[in-house]
Amino acid sequence: MSYPSRFWLLVIGLSLVTIASVVLAVVIGPVAIPYDMVVRIVLSKIAPGIMSVDWTPVQEQIVWVFRLPRALLAVVVGAALSVSGTALQALVRNPLADPYTFGISNGASVGAVLVITLGAGAATGFSLSGAAFIGALITMVIVYGIAQQGGQVSPGRLILAGVAISYALSAITTYLVLRASSPGTNSAAVALSWLAGTLGAAKWEQLGIPGFTVLAATLLLMLQARQLNALLAGDETAVSLGVSVQRFRLQLFVLTSLLIGTVVAISGAIGFVGLMIPHLVRFLVGADHRRVLPIAALLGAVYLVLVDIIGRTIIAPSELPVGIVTAAVGGPFFLWMLWQRRLTGGVR
Amino acid sequence: MNIEITSVSVAIQEKRIVEGISLHIQPGQVVGLIGPNGSGKSTLLRTVYRMLKPEAGYVRLGGDDVWKLTARESARRTGVVVQETPSDFEFTVREVVQMGRTPHKDTFALDTQTDSALVSAALERVEMSGFDERPFSTLSGGEKQRVLIARVLVQQPKLLILDEPTNHLDVHHQLEILELVRGLGITTLITLHDLNLAAMYCDYLYVMQQGQIAAEGAPEATLTRTLIQQVFRVDAIHTRHPSRDCLHLIFIPLEQPSPTNEPPTPA
Repeated sequence: MSYPSRFWLLVIGLSLVTIASVVLAVVIGPVAIPYDMVVRIVLSKIAPGIMSVDWTPVQEQIVWVFRLPRALLAVVVGAALSVSGTALQALVRNPLADPYTFGISNGASVGAVLVITLGAGAATGFSLSGAAFIGALITMVIVYGIAQQGGQVSPGRLILAGVAISYALSAITTYLVLRASSPGTNSAAVALSWLAGTLGAAKWEQLGIPGFTVLAATLLLMLQARQLNALLAGDETAVSLGVSVQRFRLQLFVLTSLLIGTVVAISGAIGFVGLMIPHLVRFLVGADHRRVLPIAALLGAVYLVLVDIIGRTIIAPSELPVGIVTAAVGGPFFLWMLWQRRLTGGVR
Repeated sequence: MNIEITSVSVAIQEKRIVEGISLHIQPGQVVGLIGPNGSGKSTLLRTVYRMLKPEAGYVRLGGDDVWKLTARESARRTGVVVQETPSDFEFTVREVVQMGRTPHKDTFALDTQTDSALVSAALERVEMSGFDERPFSTLSGGEKQRVLIARVLVQQPKLLILDEPTNHLDVHHQLEILELVRGLGITTLITLHDLNLAAMYCDYLYVMQQGQIAAEGAPEATLTRTLIQQVFRVDAIHTRHPSRDCLHLIFIPLEQPSPTNEPPTPA
């Protein structure tokens, strides 16, 4: 099947699967809630009064306060990581680029861990996610500042600057965590769990801004899909096709940094999704960003919802941080796929 | 379209690569830019397709300074085939050719039937129809070059720039590509290493040496023995191409070892 016809099948299929997996995520848990009840509770919340209430307040709370926001957060975060990974890989024309390559996630981690371990939040009034977001933005400015040379930024310098900064930042994070691991406090454990990535703190109030950011950024990137394609073909080619490469690269970098900063601030540093989902998508629909970006958003969303279900249930009543499960499930799957295909559709 | 390059100078990291070069291309001409490695040919080309801003002088396309045009406007006038290492990401042949429409499309515009027809026609023009869904990276060198020319064709430029289009191609494909370019009827600025190909396919030549123009003119008048000795540091015997009415050169090293009677040592 050609890429374009497969694309539309995937758009429809993955949209349905996204909805189905969100419902599944609300159904599954220590207290199982029948799926028809899930649907009725959600409908009654959207349009009060159209359903006769035949469920307990506890069931309603589980669905509406705990599981649904969490599943939707997984949708938002999964889509954001996957889309930003796709854009970053085009930005530096490197298949190994992901939200971690540029230190942005690590910058967010330093901000978050500062708040957790030093109680800096109480002193300065920063919330955990606020500090993480600011950490991400500061890192973005530093990395870009170091990478630029006379107003020009080459992909190679951007990667080197990003990798160097992320090592420095992880050293700071590790130091902060070690420093906090004294008896009588659990802040080290809290920090480690945040670092591994978690969706447990999901609340309705936290969904609005990230949801909007993801939607807006994805649409903006899709509108620039032609320029992204041209950039992937090389700087000279892109210039010869009328793309203002330096300006476009800066704009992409800021856009993806904002996107990453926004989601990392609420979910912690969830790995793997931003690196591998874009490759999986290119296996499926080729390298044209007009197809890659929407599919990446959907597949990233589905993947994180499903993986979070596993994280919540596999060692119930405890939870595995979703960041651990993404890599544990995704890594072997990706290797298997590489093995099956030998030669990949996305990367030679 | 008239192309005027006037007193263009380029320095990269304080090193002068191009020094006050002027050249003029008449509409419809195929103009060759030749010269040894490092003479500044590619750098000069970059100033024409807006990759490098000259520190002095200007490049005019149809009377307009390229740096006063927008990037998109410039890209609608000039199409470029560069030697660029392709990325690790795979595009199909059709997608590569479609990229040529980029400067013609507004942000919100979708691909139309016209775009699609242009792509198909360009692929047919370079005899690559039927390769639409093939990954670009699996093509041979000659096929890749033809696809890149198809991409430039859908860009509908008034000026075509080719930087060493025959590099890494076997002799059949070298001639094939240049025949194709010659047949397009678009004003063309082309760099070539092979002087015989330059003599065969160019209307006019500019010879570059250390960032300056060492000579210019019709191939036969320009490629004199003295010039070739000075600029390319080889000796040349001038002959005629037996089937085409053009110059054909045979090259000999300048400092030839003195002939000896010893039999050649077997390799």
